[in-house]
Amino acid sequence: MSSSYDLDRRDFVKIVLAFLGSVMGLILGLPAIGYLISPATKVQKSEDWIPAGALENYAVGVPSLFSFTRSKKIGWEKTVSSYGVYVFRLGEQQVRVYSNMCTHLSCRVTWQEEAKEYICPCHDGHFDIDGKVTLGPPPAPLNQYETKIENGNLFIHFVEGSHA
Amino acid sequence: MPEKVMAWVDERLGLAAIYNLILDRKIPKVNWWYTLGSASLFLFLLQVFTGIFLTVYYVPSPDHAYASVQYIMDEVAFGWLIRGIHHWGASLMVIFVFAHMLRTFFMAAYKYPREITWLTGVILLLTTIGMGFTGYLLPWNQKAYWATTVGTEIPGTAPLIGGLLERILRGGSELSAVTLARFFAVHIWFLPAMILLLLGIHLYLVMRAGISATPDETD
Repeated sequence: MSSSYDLDRRDFVKIVLAFLGSVMGLILGLPAIGYLISPATKVQKSEDWIPAGALENYAVGVPSLFSFTRSKKIGWEKTVSSYGVYVFRLGEQQVRVYSNMCTHLSCRVTWQEEAKEYICPCHDGHFDIDGKVTLGPPPAPLNQYETKIENGNLFIHFVEGSHA
Repeated sequence: MPEKVMAWVDERLGLAAIYNLILDRKIPKVNWWYTLGSASLFLFLLQVFTGIFLTVYYVPSPDHAYASVQYIMDEVAFGWLIRGIHHWGASLMVIFVFAHMLRTFFMAAYKYPREITWLTGVILLLTTIGMGFTGYLLPWNQKAYWATTVGTEIPGTAPLIGGLLERILRGGSELSAVTLARFFAVHIWFLPAMILLLLGIHLYLVMRAGISATPDETD
């Protein structure tokens, strides 16, 4: 009887055990990987039109900082983050809004009126009044936000988490 | 080729000897009740695995514990599965360890030369129950809170040292953030370390003395 199969009882048990073990390992192992990387697979995107007040409050020709806060839920925690943008009014109805986040490593830039430049304190990145890099390591110009003006009030189209 | 590699590795690690000692042990003719120890071990390893994964997202603090468990259940991929296994595995483990103890008792397997195996087993049963008790508080929901209120008040009724025992368990007079943090520490560090140590002794003794045969009419 044993000669009709090349498999004895011990080997049969071993194979069944190895198979069941692998199945159980996969059932637990694969979800476990998904469990660990899960937060990375959800790119949190938020966008909104932020009211920035009457346009006439902003001086023409000089970028001025506008700060606002937004609350969001990250994981199990509700957090309030503050953001800053530079509102640069070119004319009566013409306005540009720049992010104050340096494109190098996300430090915050500040407008230096004497230098007529945005300067990043971290690695001495410089941007001119149009947001273009003039000096230092930043690889790209300052991000610009879409704007709209309704009844003389400025709105900023705030988009976050855009890098995939 | 694979045999050559295996032989090379085995010559240096002695895996075959370990394999023979652990898995190819001679055992008497026994029944399915004798698998409860292995089942308990399997459940323990499952609890260790899922427990380690739960700590990735769980926060042992009153202002985040409940929300972090909700996050695991609702938002993390397969979080419901990992926590579900840990939750049900906990109950199963208590049942299996207890049944394992009953089998050892009714099969008279605790006698010479296995008394120390039995004693470590008794402590392992108690630590398993301790794991259940401390783990129950961690979700920080109503059931957890009140169960632990009652559970810590029971030792509080002991004469003379009751009040002190209760305050030690709670880390103060009331159930608080301190209670949650120490239950968490006991649940993931103190008791598992104790279980691992005792389990090592327990399994070594099982291998050293072998499994006792089922008693027959001559016993």
